[in-house]
Amino acid sequence: MNLNMNRREFLASSGALVVSTLLPDVPAIAATQASRHALKPDQLSSYISINQDGSAVGWVGKVDMGQGTDIGWIRIIAEELDLHPDRVSMVQGHTEETVDQGGASGSTGVWRAGAALRNAAAEARRTLLDMAAAKLGVAADQLAVTDGVVSVKGTPGKKVSYGELIGGKHFDVQMEWNKHYGNTLLVTGKAKPKSPSEYKLIGKPGARRRDIAPKLFGTAENMVDVKVPGMLHGRVIRPPIAGAVPVAVDEASVKDIPGVKVVWQKGFIGLVAPREWDAVRAAQKLKITWSEVKPPFPKQKDIYAHIRQAKVMKRDDEQNTGNVEAAFAGAAKIVEATYEWPFQSHAPIAPACGVADIRADSAALWTGGQKPHHCREGIALMFNLHEEKIKVMSMVGPGSYGRNDSGDTTMDAAVLSKAVGKPVRVQGMRHDGTQWDPKAPASVHTSRAAIDKDGKVTAWHFETKGFSRREFFRDEGTPEHTLAGQLMGWPLKPTWLWGPPSESYAFASRKLASESIGPLLDRASPLRTSHFRDPGGPQIHFAVESFMDELAVATNTDAVEFRLKYLAHKGDLAVVKTVAEKANWKPHVGARKQTRGEVFVGQGLAYSVRGQTRVAVIAEVEVNRNTGRVWARRFYVAHDCGQVIAPELLRQTLEAQIVQTASRALYEEVKFDNKNVTSVDWNSYPILDMKDAPESIDITLIDHPEMAPFGGGEATCRPIAAALANAIFDATGARLRQVPFVPEKVKAGWA
Amino acid sequence: MATRIELNVNGKAHTVEVEPDMPLLYALRDDLGMKEPRFGCGLAQCGACTVLMNGNPVRSCVTRVDSVGAAKITTLAGIGTAEKPHKVQAAFIEEQVPQCGYCLNGWVMTSVALLDKNPRPTDTQIRDALSGLKCRCGTHLSIMRAVKRAAQA
Repeated sequence: MNLNMNRREFLASSGALVVSTLLPDVPAIAATQASRHALKPDQLSSYISINQDGSAVGWVGKVDMGQGTDIGWIRIIAEELDLHPDRVSMVQGHTEETVDQGGASGSTGVWRAGAALRNAAAEARRTLLDMAAAKLGVAADQLAVTDGVVSVKGTPGKKVSYGELIGGKHFDVQMEWNKHYGNTLLVTGKAKPKSPSEYKLIGKPGARRRDIAPKLFGTAENMVDVKVPGMLHGRVIRPPIAGAVPVAVDEASVKDIPGVKVVWQKGFIGLVAPREWDAVRAAQKLKITWSEVKPPFPKQKDIYAHIRQAKVMKRDDEQNTGNVEAAFAGAAKIVEATYEWPFQSHAPIAPACGVADIRADSAALWTGGQKPHHCREGIALMFNLHEEKIKVMSMVGPGSYGRNDSGDTTMDAAVLSKAVGKPVRVQGMRHDGTQWDPKAPASVHTSRAAIDKDGKVTAWHFETKGFSRREFFRDEGTPEHTLAGQLMGWPLKPTWLWGPPSESYAFASRKLASESIGPLLDRASPLRTSHFRDPGGPQIHFAVESFMDELAVATNTDAVEFRLKYLAHKGDLAVVKTVAEKANWKPHVGARKQTRGEVFVGQGLAYSVRGQTRVAVIAEVEVNRNTGRVWARRFYVAHDCGQVIAPELLRQTLEAQIVQTASRALYEEVKFDNKNVTSVDWNSYPILDMKDAPESIDITLIDHPEMAPFGGGEATCRPIAAALANAIFDATGARLRQVPFVPEKVKAGWA
Repeated sequence: MATRIELNVNGKAHTVEVEPDMPLLYALRDDLGMKEPRFGCGLAQCGACTVLMNGNPVRSCVTRVDSVGAAKITTLAGIGTAEKPHKVQAAFIEEQVPQCGYCLNGWVMTSVALLDKNPRPTDTQIRDALSGLKCRCGTHLSIMRAVKRAAQA
C-alpha cells in the first residue's frame, strides 16, 4: 500500500475566491488536500478520505437540495466504515473536488451515488484493515472495528485508529470504474459491502439534518449570500413581447444612477452597478426600444386545441401487446376520456441567483443549479475556455426541483462578468422566477378501454401528447439551453421527449404511445419547456389513474378491488393493499356524494411507479358546497423505494412532495396572452397557502433492506393529482379532467 | 441622492448612506451584511424578507428605509442564537422543518410575533397568522407542528 504524496494539481484560476464558503463542516480538509490524488473517477481518494482525527469525508458529484440526501450518504459511508455518523461529512457538487456524478438528477442521489460511495467506503475499510493487520501483526480477519478504532478480536488492548493509520494522507487505491460519468457512474472495489443483516445504521431511526440549525439562526451560507471581492450586481431585462430583441437603448435614461454600465450584446440586454439597489432601479428605468414582432402565442383557451392539432415532432410507440384493435372491435362497452394539464412554473421561492467571475483564460462560478459539472461544460463552450480552467460550486439556493431559472441566471451573470471584466452577482426579480423560468410542459392525454360482456377490461389504449420535456435541456451544459445563449445566437436544439406511463396493469391487450410537439417560440421563450420535479410524471399519471377510477366505475368495481384485480407486480399490490388498510377504505362503487355540514367529503385512490419506486395514495377531500373550494384534508401514503436509509428524512421528503404536488393539482396554471406569459408573481401564479395545507399525511414506508435504495424524491408526485380528482369525484360526482381543480371548475363539474 | 439614515437593528445603532426610497431589505442585506432577511418577491407577497418592527412583522422588501425612523428592527439573528435559541427556533429545529430553507425567515418571524400576542393559538389561528407566507418546498405540515410545539414550550 503506497500513499500518494503528490500535491494535487490546483488550478491557478480565480484563486482569490472564497472556497471556504463551500466546506463549512470539514475542518481537516486543508491537511487532507495536500496529498490528494488527482481527481479521477477510478481512484478511491475521489470518494473517501480520512482526516487526521480519524473522521471521514465523502466526496460526491451530486448535491443535496434540502431533503437531507447528504445525511443518506453519510449513513451509507458510516455504516461501511464502522464509524459514528457524526464523524463523517460530505463535500458536494464542487467541480474541482468531486467527480462528475451528474448533479442532483432523477432522484438518483442516494441510489446511484450512494452505491458508488458504499463500495468506496467498503474498500476504504478493507484497505484500513490491511494496514492495521500489518501494523498489529495479525491477519485482517482477526480484526474488529468500533467507531474507527481497529482492534484485535479477543485482545481489545491491541488497537490502532483510522486516524493513526492514514489520517491526513489520501488513499492510493484504484477501483474498477464502469466508465460512466453522470448518474450511472459506479466504482467497485475488492471489498464486498455489508449485508443488510449487519446494518447498525441503515434504515434505523435517528437521522438528523445538519443544515437545519444554521438555517434557523441565519448563519447558513445560501447562494444569495455569496460575495466575491470586487463583485458588481447585475440584472437582465426581458422583452414585453416574447421574442422581441432590443433595437435601441437610451443609456442616458439611467445616467443619474451611480456606476451603471449597460451590457447589450445581440438579443441580450442587462446592466451592472456597484450597488444592488442601483442595479434594480436602473433595470426598471432603462429605456429600451424593442423590435416589433408578431405576438407568438395562441390564446390561452386554445392551448389544448393547439396541442391536439400540432405537428408531431416525434412519436414513440412504447408498447403494443396483444391485439388492441380486435379487442375494441369485439367490446361490449368502450370507455374513453381525455385529460389536460397546463403549463406550470417552478415558481422557485425566490428568483435564482448566480455569481460569475469570467476571466480571459479561467472562470469561477457559484450556482444554485443542481448540476455543477454541466454548468462548467456550458461555460466552457460559451466563452471558449478549457473545462479544467473553470470551477463551479453548487450552493443551496432558493430551492431546486429540476431545471428552474438557476442555469439561466448563472449564464446571465457570466455574460455580464465577461463584458465588464469583473465578478458579477445576478439575482432575478420575481418575474424572472415565475414569468421567465423554464416551464413544465402542457399536455393532453387520451385513454380508452375495451370492456367485454363479462365486465372485464380486455384492452387499454393510451395516447399522450405534449410539449417536449426537453425542449430546453435538463441542464445548462450547452449555451443554446440557456436564455443568454439563445439571445446571443445559439440556435435551439430540442430533444423530443415525452413519456409513457409506468404501471403494471395486466390487461390482455395494451397500446401506449407518446408524442412530442414543437415549441411555440423557438428563441428565448418564457414558455420553453423542461424538467420540473418528476418530469411528465404528474401529468401522465393524472390521466392514467383518473381513467382507472373511471374504468372501475364503468365495470361496477370498487377502486381498490379494481387495482388488486388487474395489477401484476406484487410490490404494486402491496402498496395498494397497505394504503387501503391505513385509510380504512370502505369498498364502494361510484360517487358516494357524502356531506358533512356545508362540505361534500370523499376519498380517492391512485397508484403509480417511478423506476422501481412504488407509491399508492389515498386522498381525503372536503369540497365546499357553496364555493367549490377543495381542501385536501388528509393523505394516506404507502411508499416502497426498496431499501430505506433514513426513515425520518424520507418521511419529510414525501410529506413536502405531496404538499407541493397538491399545490400543482389544485391551484397552478401559467397564464399567458398572445404576447407573453402573464403569470409574473404570486398573485398571478398562486400556490398552496397555509390555510389550505392538509391537516395530516399518514405515511407507511415499506422497507426492503435487501434491495437498493431506489429513491424517494419524485415518485410520490405521480399519483397525487389523480388521487385528488378521484376523491373530488367520490365527494361530488364531478369528474375533473383538467388541472388545476380551482373552485369554479369544481363547482361547474357538479352543477 | 444618498442620505445618511440611522437604523436600530437587533439592539445596535447603525448608520447607512443610501437612497431614501431604497427598501429596508437592501440596507439589511447589502449595507449591514445580514444573511436574513431575504429577497423573495420584492412585492410583499411571500414573506421571506420579514423583520419585526417594534415587535410587529413587516415586509422589509416594501418598507422604505427612510420610513423606519427610531423603530426597533429585529431580524432572525436577533431573536436567538445557537447557544440561546428562541423557542420558535428550537421548535423548528426539533421538528426538522426546512428543506431548502429559503423562506424560513418569514415563517419564524411571523410565528414569533403571533406567539408574543397569542401564546396558545388554535390551529385555525396559526393558519390565519401564517397565511400569505409562501413555502415552495411544501413544508407546511412540519411548520404547523413546530409552531404548536413552540406554543407548548
